[in-house]
Amino acid sequence: MSCALLLLLMSLALAMGTGAAVEIQRPRGVPLSSEQFYEENKPFTCLDGSSTIPFDRINDDYCDCRDGSDEPGTAACPNGSFHCTNAGFRPAFIPSSRINDGICDCCDTTDEYNSGATCQNTCREMGRKERESLQIMAEITKEGFMLKQQLIHEAKRGQEDKQGKLTELQGSKKGLEEKVEALRTVKETAEDPEKEAKERHLKSWEEQKELIRMEKDKTRMAEAFLELDDDADGYVSVAELQSHLELDPDSDGSLTETETQVRCLSSSSTLFLPLKADDEVSMPPYDTETQSLIDGAYSHLFYNLGLVPQSLICDPEFIWICRNLEKEIGFDFGPSAEFAYLYSQCYELSTSEYIYRLCPFNRVSQKPKFGGSETNLGLWGQWAGPEDSLYSVMKYDHGQGCWQGPNRSTTVKLTCGKETVVTSTSEPSRCEYLMEFTTPAVCQEPASLDEVLQGHTEL
Amino acid sequence: MAAFIVRMGPLLVLWLAVFLSGTWAVDRGNFKTCDQCAFCKRQRALKPGQSLYRALLETLELTNTKLTLQLINDNNKVRLLLELYRLQGNMTRVKINELKPLKPRFEVPDVLINDPPTEPLSLLSQDENGVVLSLGADSQRLIVSAKPFRLDIMEGREVLLSLNSRGLLAFEHLRIRKDTQVDPEGAEKKEETDAANEPAEGETAKEDGMWEETFKSHTDNKPNGPSSISLDFSLPGVEHVYGIPEHADSLKLKTTDGGDPYRLFNLDVFQYELFNPMALYGAIPVMLSHSAQRTMGIFWLNAAETWVDISSNTAGKTVLGQMLDYVQGSSETPQTDVRWISESGIIDVFIMLGPTPTDVFSQYASLTGTQAFPPLSALAYHQCRWNYNDQEDVAAVDQGFDEHDIPYDFIWLDIEHTDGKRYFTWDPHKFPQPKDMLQGLIDKRRKMVAIVDPHIKVDSSYKIHNEIRSKGFYVKNKDGGDYEGWCWPGNSGYPDFTNPEMRAWWASMFAYDQYEGSMENMYTWNDMNEPSVFNGPEVTMHKDALHGTWENRDLHNLYGLYVQMATAEGLIERSGGVERPFVLTRAFFAGSQRYGAVWTGDNTADWDHLKISIPMCLSLGLVGVSFCGADVGGFFKSPSTELLVRWYQTGAYQPFFRAHAHLDTPRREPWLFGPENTALIREAVRQRYALLPYWYQLFYHAHHSGQPVMRPLWVEYTQDTATFSVDDQFLLGRDLLVHPVTEEGAKGVTAYLPGKGEVWFDVHTFQKHNGAQNLYIPVTISSIPVFQRGGSIIPRKARVRRSSSCMEHDPYTLFVALSPKRFAQGELYIDDGHTFNFDKQKQFIHRRLSFANNALSSRNLAPGSQFITPSWIEKIVILGASKPSKATLKTPDGKESLLEFEFDASMSVLTLRKPGVNAGVDWTVVLQ
Repeated sequence: MSCALLLLLMSLALAMGTGAAVEIQRPRGVPLSSEQFYEENKPFTCLDGSSTIPFDRINDDYCDCRDGSDEPGTAACPNGSFHCTNAGFRPAFIPSSRINDGICDCCDTTDEYNSGATCQNTCREMGRKERESLQIMAEITKEGFMLKQQLIHEAKRGQEDKQGKLTELQGSKKGLEEKVEALRTVKETAEDPEKEAKERHLKSWEEQKELIRMEKDKTRMAEAFLELDDDADGYVSVAELQSHLELDPDSDGSLTETETQVRCLSSSSTLFLPLKADDEVSMPPYDTETQSLIDGAYSHLFYNLGLVPQSLICDPEFIWICRNLEKEIGFDFGPSAEFAYLYSQCYELSTSEYIYRLCPFNRVSQKPKFGGSETNLGLWGQWAGPEDSLYSVMKYDHGQGCWQGPNRSTTVKLTCGKETVVTSTSEPSRCEYLMEFTTPAVCQEPASLDEVLQGHTEL
Repeated sequence: MAAFIVRMGPLLVLWLAVFLSGTWAVDRGNFKTCDQCAFCKRQRALKPGQSLYRALLETLELTNTKLTLQLINDNNKVRLLLELYRLQGNMTRVKINELKPLKPRFEVPDVLINDPPTEPLSLLSQDENGVVLSLGADSQRLIVSAKPFRLDIMEGREVLLSLNSRGLLAFEHLRIRKDTQVDPEGAEKKEETDAANEPAEGETAKEDGMWEETFKSHTDNKPNGPSSISLDFSLPGVEHVYGIPEHADSLKLKTTDGGDPYRLFNLDVFQYELFNPMALYGAIPVMLSHSAQRTMGIFWLNAAETWVDISSNTAGKTVLGQMLDYVQGSSETPQTDVRWISESGIIDVFIMLGPTPTDVFSQYASLTGTQAFPPLSALAYHQCRWNYNDQEDVAAVDQGFDEHDIPYDFIWLDIEHTDGKRYFTWDPHKFPQPKDMLQGLIDKRRKMVAIVDPHIKVDSSYKIHNEIRSKGFYVKNKDGGDYEGWCWPGNSGYPDFTNPEMRAWWASMFAYDQYEGSMENMYTWNDMNEPSVFNGPEVTMHKDALHGTWENRDLHNLYGLYVQMATAEGLIERSGGVERPFVLTRAFFAGSQRYGAVWTGDNTADWDHLKISIPMCLSLGLVGVSFCGADVGGFFKSPSTELLVRWYQTGAYQPFFRAHAHLDTPRREPWLFGPENTALIREAVRQRYALLPYWYQLFYHAHHSGQPVMRPLWVEYTQDTATFSVDDQFLLGRDLLVHPVTEEGAKGVTAYLPGKGEVWFDVHTFQKHNGAQNLYIPVTISSIPVFQRGGSIIPRKARVRRSSSCMEHDPYTLFVALSPKRFAQGELYIDDGHTFNFDKQKQFIHRRLSFANNALSSRNLAPGSQFITPSWIEKIVILGASKPSKATLKTPDGKESLLEFEFDASMSVLTLRKPGVNAGVDWTVVLQ
């Protein structure tokens, strides 16, 4: 009713050439800002200057201007645009081709003035809804932003802690080197063909080993292992090693299987020790027979490999601990390290078929709810947002390969929220996953609500 | 949609491992060569020579409608019955069956639209060597030679076509298996060999696969024994033959000497290869021959597996029969010899004598019907993907088109939309509210296609399955139980679409109250209807499966046609007979054109597949199927951005314009490749929409008279031998010539502009070019070389909107391209775009537009019709014009008004501003 009345009023006003209301003084589809170019009863020059036409050819349903500026209110020009005022909501431009196409595009119904389409003026309702949702968003943003400040604070403290740890570890490097030197002696002794000497050596080596072990922070060792053991199966596989680019000797960004093997062999002494060490902590001492078997295996290994840790630099266990710390410290956790709290955390979302698991800065995976093995949907790649908001998107790639397709990958879109939650997952393209994730860490400093609302209404 | 995929149950894993074998090409080992196909091998072993058949002239009977005559094989004494018909419209029908078959042999039903009307044959002369019959006009005669038997069709002293001139008529008569049963007829025992080199029974029979044949792990039991047929045709003066789709090969058919014959056997071929004669999804046993003198057609009406051999003396061989002393010319006269071999049924051949391509199209249309007239929107752009995942995905893609201002009319749902591949259902999680989704599309004046395949999940909780089973509508296996095979849903039954009751029931399932969630803007796609049976021989149905009393062997190639027929009927019925249906099919046969569109199946995203889309659709157009397209972008693999853009540009000028992609490929909606490529694709799609009035008019003609929409050049330039092998460009109707860019990194293309003394106008620049020349056209990534023939008028709608429905009432722009004699002619066809009212109530506008003597006028071409359109004439663009002093519009009410105009002297383009006259009335514009 109000729509029809408005139309009636407008057409009457146009027909009579009177200026009862502001918007009817300009030709249909012209925004207030361009009104000056459409002077009544004066020749009109196309806005691109390409030609000049009589005023009555404006909106006469024939395209005279190359830029479409003579037909702001009809569909005649292929490149024209129509302005809807949308009082109560926000104004908009729509392509001319949507004028009178039978589909209501402008909430004030002004685009469908001659198509027979029955449109309802929904601007007021849309405006109200938008204000409501903006209000809600503003509140979330406000609270989220406060939480973010907290996160930044915590991250700063955590960073300092870790830096301290690192310095401490590096300080003990020298002491460790001496111990390794002792180890070397033990090893050389072990090569003594005489059995007794060997046993003695083994015994003393055990002691030395114990010493080393005591020196080390056990939790750090566990971390080093876990860092490698992506699937938490208690074993470090080649694939897992390959996923750790910090081990990549030729720095080509990937660890080949050969490289991994070399790495495993050359570091076997040390790789072996810490991994075993964890299990041995609570273990009763071996009986002599077993111990000699184990020891025999160790020495056999040493013989075969002919390798002794040459220096501390080659002690990957230590390196891993340090590197892990260095890596964490050096990680890009956002401009103020606000994303640091996500490190070594995991978040799950359960759908009808799968449980999705996002471990930020590590990996994304999918596990069928009713049996079946977990699928790797991608390993941490990089921040991948657009230039102006780099930290709004995370990219995980090099996941499990797809049949005749790419390796699985996941894009994680971050939005501001009070809680840290995975809100949705989808697979828009085969093996390319999309995850939505809310976190306070992306909340921007809120503008005042009034400003927000003002920016969205013209009138 | 695809052939095979990993999402099948674990059941298929082993088989898949074998089948897929990890390569990007067809596994040829899954499909038979002629040598691996017992009847083809037996028949091909018979070499050209003197025919074993003799006509028994004393049995000749001539009635008003036909001539009958018995033939005898002198080796085995089996008699055949020959029937000859003179059909109205310059056609001859030749039927050969066993005189007394042990049991009836299959004759193809439901393909001919009626019993073709005959004309009387008259006997001109007869002696002991044969008879001469008059074929009516043009001094055409049919000569039946008795010993050996052969037929020759003559015009004057010229042999147009000979049958059995190479003695390859062979008819494996039905017989009783001798190693298991005593032959009741003593006479049979004497036979040593028959025409098809029939071997001795027993061991050799098994070897020759007459009663049983094994391919890979599949054994084909043949309770009816050998039943194949063969006949040769010689075409003197012919070097170019076309047709017999579907093959991924050049337009001009190649000789098959030294290789396999072209195979016609509807198969789901995974990742098909190009340029070979392997069978594909559909089969239309129609071949056209063309020379500068004459165009003819051979329609071999047989729905069993068929192989076609082609040889040519210009390829080095001379096999011209030497018996007829009046054969003119030397041995250098070019000749093409063709041989058809089918596994069962009878010989039933229609010889369409042309003489022009237009005549052949009309002749074939009079036999099998014309292209279904699609709803206008079906000619617009279709957006498909395996799969749009859920309702939100559909809404987002729909929104994406609007955000990027790219028009589209249909969005498609592949198999994943169903509840566990149970067709006619919806996945309750992904598509919980299909009507809301469809209403959302209605609100945008857009439409949807949802897939309905003919394999039915065997599942006692599935209504469709239960009903088909309880009604006994499934195809049966040789033992009489329901035939089951693997397809998408796992174990599946296959409804017997050859049964009219089954088809009626199937059609009723499309009623709105049966097909829950369907609405009037939802249409249907029939895939996998060869039928595809993952664990069947050659990935299709066992040949000994039973359709009523007939084996799949007899009618295999018809199955897909029936599926589409029943589905289209369902869509018509649900609207109370008012609305035109739209159904896409992958498998097809002669006559399928009556039911909707076809596409070239599961192609691949590479440049050669883009190129092959042209000859594949041209070949289909020649044999009635105008509504053809290839998956834009390529189904398998992921196209480069350049390939995708080029494919849109090509597809925009091919009849069925649908983008589609495999489940495993990255998304490729048009806006995902950066703003520049989005703009290129938008422009290609917009060109399509602007040209929709012309497309619609072409389809009206295809429907009305059987003329193909997309045509090889030789169809319009019959004398110009330079056009005979061209298949990298094509004509749309007579008036548009399209040479798509199909080379990677192309800097230019060379288009052949035909027609001595004609001119062509570049539709983008309006530049004029002379005909009968190879024109080098420099191209950029935005170029789509298209030319309008001088002498034509093409209507367009310049106001491209977001769907074709939105453009319904928009005004027309007429592009008048003047011939060198300053003449042009065109048409304008308008109706409601979606109902049968154009046909039933003559509600349409069909106008003749002509430009002559400096006047352009619109006159009614269909006085009996009536339709009111609000559309008007917005603009008239005259190419090749000179500058007038004034332009006057005269309307029927006697009014005259001056039109403003602009003249571009550099391009000789005259633009008349806003005639404003209604598109449905008479008017004239006079230039002075």
